[in-house]
This record gives sequence, structure tokens and C-alpha cells, in this order.
Amino acid sequence: MKHSIANFKDAAAVAFVALLLFGPFLGLELDDNNTGNLTLSTRPGLLAIAVGLTFVARLLALFWQDQFGKQERSTRFIKLSGQYGLFTAPLILAAAKVPFLAPAAKFMAALMTSGRFMAPLLLIVAVTMPFWPGLDESYVDLGVLIMTYVMLGWGLNIVVGLAGLLDLGYVAFYAVGAYTFALLSENYGFSFWECLPICGILAAAWGIFLGFPVLRLRGDYLAIVTLAFGEIIRLVITNWVAFTGGPNGIIGIPHPTLFGLKFSMLGGPGTFAGFFGITPDPSQRTDYLYYIILLLALLTNWVTLRLRRQPLGRAWEALREDEIACRSLGINLRNTKLTAFAIGAMFGGFAGCFFSTREGFIDPTSFTFIESATVLAIVVLGGAGSQLGVCFAAIVMIGVPALLQELAVYRMLIFGIALVTIMVVRPRGFISTRKPSVSLGKPKIIGADMVSEGRG
Amino acid sequence: MAYALQQLVNGVTLGMIYGLIAVGYTMVYGIIGMINFAHGDVFMVGAYVAIIVLTALAGITSVPLGILVALLLSAALCGLYGFSIERVAYRPLRGSFRLAPLISAIGMSILLENYVQTSQGALERAIPAVIPGGITLMQQNGFVVQLSWMQMAIVVVTLVTLTIFTYIVTKTPLGRAMRAVEQDAKMAALLGIDTNRTISYTFIIGSALAAVAGVMFLLYYGVIDFYIGFNAGIKAFTAAVLGGIGSLPGAVLGGLLIGLIEAFWSGYATVAYKDVAVYSILAIVLMFMPTGLLGRHDVEKV
Repeated sequence: MKHSIANFKDAAAVAFVALLLFGPFLGLELDDNNTGNLTLSTRPGLLAIAVGLTFVARLLALFWQDQFGKQERSTRFIKLSGQYGLFTAPLILAAAKVPFLAPAAKFMAALMTSGRFMAPLLLIVAVTMPFWPGLDESYVDLGVLIMTYVMLGWGLNIVVGLAGLLDLGYVAFYAVGAYTFALLSENYGFSFWECLPICGILAAAWGIFLGFPVLRLRGDYLAIVTLAFGEIIRLVITNWVAFTGGPNGIIGIPHPTLFGLKFSMLGGPGTFAGFFGITPDPSQRTDYLYYIILLLALLTNWVTLRLRRQPLGRAWEALREDEIACRSLGINLRNTKLTAFAIGAMFGGFAGCFFSTREGFIDPTSFTFIESATVLAIVVLGGAGSQLGVCFAAIVMIGVPALLQELAVYRMLIFGIALVTIMVVRPRGFISTRKPSVSLGKPKIIGADMVSEGRG
Repeated sequence: MAYALQQLVNGVTLGMIYGLIAVGYTMVYGIIGMINFAHGDVFMVGAYVAIIVLTALAGITSVPLGILVALLLSAALCGLYGFSIERVAYRPLRGSFRLAPLISAIGMSILLENYVQTSQGALERAIPAVIPGGITLMQQNGFVVQLSWMQMAIVVVTLVTLTIFTYIVTKTPLGRAMRAVEQDAKMAALLGIDTNRTISYTFIIGSALAAVAGVMFLLYYGVIDFYIGFNAGIKAFTAAVLGGIGSLPGAVLGGLLIGLIEAFWSGYATVAYKDVAVYSILAIVLMFMPTGLLGRHDVEKV
């Protein structure tokens, strides 16, 4: 009983902090009534709801902690996210489902770590998805989007997860790829398949070019310079109107063809539908795009997995673990870093090329810092260095918000809350175990805290 | 000459604002070694609190008093925001792997931006000029060099704030504790310093400084929206890194440099490419001085 009074006091204190925090923003509303003169109106109801929810959430969290406090792991989520009131909504949800949370999480963790079963299963799902009966075309389209981020995530995983170089400007290479294809097709009529390798090569060249100045930098210095490069490329694209079309972007980028066969709604000779004698349908193009990006993503994955077993990949992982030891062993740091940047950038370029052919229109707003942050979040949430984790993270971070379209303005709010919550619950990402790339005898799976990803 | 002087005045004003935000970045980096990406958004929250306070007080109190109340309330509330952000998003991740707090901070930044956007609307909010007028410094070939009262106020408020801040860091027990934790958190804890509390204070002070910058920004430009924190945050972070992250004088120096580069580049080259100039100079400086202008060279130990 004494305990519950203390809990009550604690929750009241938290609610008071929430009142102060939310007061000016939820309790008051600025409005200029289109006259230019600002006025304030009050929203006591909304404020009361927010503060009340915080109070209840905190009380529930404390109650939960008292009841099951011994079980450190399962209470971690509740304890940590319940500390203050900024996350009232997800907390209420979590509190309602708490009894199922721990076993479910354990089950998921077990399932996820066994990549042996999970990876082929995911692959089968991915390959067959467009043929599922009754599946709306929009889901295939969403699949294309998720797959694009999976590919970007895998590309960035080479730089961040394997080589341990923190790159906050990855979107720059995505932009290079996208604009390379858009400009080549606009000015010289190149097709998608002709441009794909060019985009990759150019992006890789940019990776090396931007990699050179940062060779000596470590950690956060590296992060800010890569961020700066990303911003520079975006600003140049935005402002060099004569070359890139500036903020208006580039329109009319051709869609990919299948051995010269177009995917046109009109049908007739020279089109996919006309050649095979079937009725034209928009889903054919979506499915085609889906398989292109699936192939590209799988290529990224395959190259990464192969490289990890080769001297280059092992040098990357050695670099991630300890730069000085790496140098002492005679590994050429410059080449190791530059190849990581170049290969990561190349896949970013491929993805960018695909992005512009899929959209048919690009402008600089698609290449903002928030894209880099999203891709980096996918890599880290998945568990940096884990290929399978990237898939899960991309599905969670891209697929789920896309399904919440009706929530419109709250979508990014939820995205932010989700980022913080997932990170607090699983600081090591979804997949927090590692299997050594090479080993003597049977590889032993270890916890991710034994390796040091992301050390610059 | 006159034109250059005007750019100098504008650059210093802007640099002061960047410097104030940069101090917060550098403090947090120094003490727990993480990039607090949400710091720029705390600055934005500060500006919003100020606009709300000024709107509420409009016509009730005199202008200087209104500004003072806005400054104090904004600093206090942002301090509370900084404190809560640290408790919710960063403390659970302390000692965890390095990228986790970074992602959490990016999430917090997105969260704060959208929290303000959904609660106060996505439109720009404007207030009329609070302190109009100024003095004419110089006149040359018909070009008038203006030093507005507002710019002077910004410089004065910044200097006063930084003086108080320097006093806290160098002369008080709290400042000593902060410096001790920065040097070696484990050792400081063994010597009886409450590291958690010290880190909380660091966040509170850093956020209060950002809030002061936010109020100055609002008064100077008169227009804010929920997105101002991103750009200002990135610039201030750039300033902190340029000056050498972890170094307090470096942050102010970096802020001033960034402000001056921006002002002069806008004045003599192209406005569109002013950010490109800032980032390029950052890259070039770091190429030759990998730990910034005033940063310490870490001795690498194996």
C-alpha cells in the first residue's frame, strides 16, 4: 500500500512535468486568422487528455514494474519508455498487450536469429508475392518501395555495418544515380538498361571522390562531413537550374523495357502485351518493376555476402573492430575505406537509377537528409551488419507508415516515436546476434555487443 | 568597404545565434560523446514558446519586459524539454552501442518537428518587428550601413548569456563536476560526483542556451515555422565541428565563422550557394585539421 502511494506521487510528478511540457503546445493554439495578427486560443480538453494519459501510463508502468520488476528483460520496455510522458499513446497500447509482449518478443527473436529458416522463407514470399491471388496491385507497388529501401539499406550496410564508417549522406549517391539516368535519357535518349551500369559506375566514382577527403576523419567528424556532402549535392541539384531543372525536377523519364518491349496501356506491336497477345494491364508494369528491384536487391545481398568471405570484406570487418590494429597488421586503410565507400555508393546509384525509372519524375525533394536518416535508421534498427535485419527494419519503417496513409499528418510523428521506442527497447537492433564471417570449425553465434559496429 | 562592413555586422549577428546553439551540441558531445540531433529542434521549440508568450503578452506589458519574460520562460521550458529528452531517449541507451543514441536522437528530432507541426500548424508564424530602428554606422556612395537595435540586442544578450555560462562552467561546483565527468565519467562517479545529475544539468543548460538562440532568431527574422530547427541545427553542428567538437570556445568561434562565411558569400557571390560554401569550407578545414580548429588531438591508445 505504501508502495502504491509512492507510485501515485511519482506519476503525479511526471504528469506535472507533462503539463509543463505540453502546456504551451497542446493547451494553446496560435492562429493568425489570415489577418497577419496572431491570436491565442486555449485547448484545455486536449491538454487534459494528454496529461491524463501520461499519468495513467506512468502509473501502469510503475505498477507493472512492481509486479514483475525482477524480470529485467521483459520490463525494460515499460520501464524505460514509461519514464516520461512523451510517449503516452504507444505506452497505453503496450500496457494493454503487456502479458503477450514478452513471449511474443522471445519467439520473434528466436525466429529472427535463425536466418537459416527465415531468409529462404522471406525470399519465397518476396518472389511469389505478385502472384498471390486477390492481392491488390497497390501492395505490389508498396513492395517495390520497401524493396528499394531494402536495397539502399543493404548498400549502406556495407559502409556502416561492415566497414564501420558512419555515413550520414548516403542519399547523395542515390541522387547521383537518379539524376544520371534522368539526364542521360532526357538528353541522349538512353534506356534504363543502358544506364544502369553507368549510374553504378558514376555513383562509385563519386563515392571515391567524396571518400578521399574523409580518409583521415573519424567518428563524428566523418558523420558531419558525409552529411555536408549529401547537402552539397542536393543544393547543387536544386540551384543548378540549367542543368538539372532545379526545383522543377525532370519529367518524362522512360520506364524500363523488357528486351525492347514497352509496357504500354495501348497494346499493339512492340509492347509487352501485344507481343504475348494478352490484354494490357497496369499491373504488368508494376510486377516487372517489382522483379527488377528484387533482382537488384538480391544482387546487392549476394555481392555483400560473397565479399564478406573474401579478403576485402574481412579487411572491412577488421577495420570496423579496430582501426589501429588493422593498420598494424598491414591492411591498406585507404584502399579498404575507399572500396567500402565505392561499393556502397555503387548500389546506391543502382537504386537511384531504379527510383527515377519507377517514378518517371524526380526532383530534389526526394533526396533530403531525412532519406539518409531513414536508410541509416533501417540499417541500425535491423542490427548493423545484419542482412536479414535490414529486411525486417525496412518492412517495419517503410511498410507500416505507408499503410497508415489515412493518418496523414500524424504519420511522421508516429515514425519519430517508433524510432525512439524501438531504439530504447532494442538498442542493438532487431537482430542482435552475429555469426562470424569466417571461422575455424563450426561458427559460433555471439551477441552483438561483442562486436563494435559503427565505430568510425 | 561600406558593403563589407554591413556584411560583417550581419555575419556577426547570425554567427552569435549559431554559436549559442553550437555550445549545446559541443557540451553534450563533450560529456557523453553523442550527437544530439534533436538540439536544433529544441531551438525551434524555444522560438515557438517565445512567440506564444509574446502573443499572450502583446499589449499587456511593455516590450522589453515582454522579451525578458519570453527569454526566461523559453529558457526554463526548453531546459525541461532537454531534461525530458535525455531521460526518455538517451539515458536508456547510455553505454550501448554508438549508433543507437544517434538514431534515437534523429527519431527525437522528427518527433519534435512533427509534434510542433501537428499542434501549432504547418504554416509560418510571423510577428511584427518588436524593436524597430537602429543607428547608421557609415554612409558611402549612397550605401547606408545599418546597425539595428535588434542586432545590438542580439550581440549583447548572447554575450551576457555566454558570460553566465562561462561562469557556471569555470567557477561553480556544477561546472567542475561537468568538466570532471567530461574527462572521465567513471572516475568522477568514483569520486562522488552524481554523473546522472551532472549530465541532466548539461542537457538543461545546453537546451536553455538553444532557447535563447531561438528567441533571438524569432525577434531577428520575425518569421518561424516548425522546420527552422533542422537548418539551424545542422549549421550549428557544423560550427561545433569546425571549432573542434568538445571545445566550448571552439563552438562560439565556429559559429561566428559560419555566420561570417554565410554573410560574405551571400553578399559577394550567390545567395543560393551560401550553404554549399559553408559545407565546403568545413570539409576543407577538416581535411587539414581532422579535429577542427580548436579541437584536442586524441592520443590513440591500443
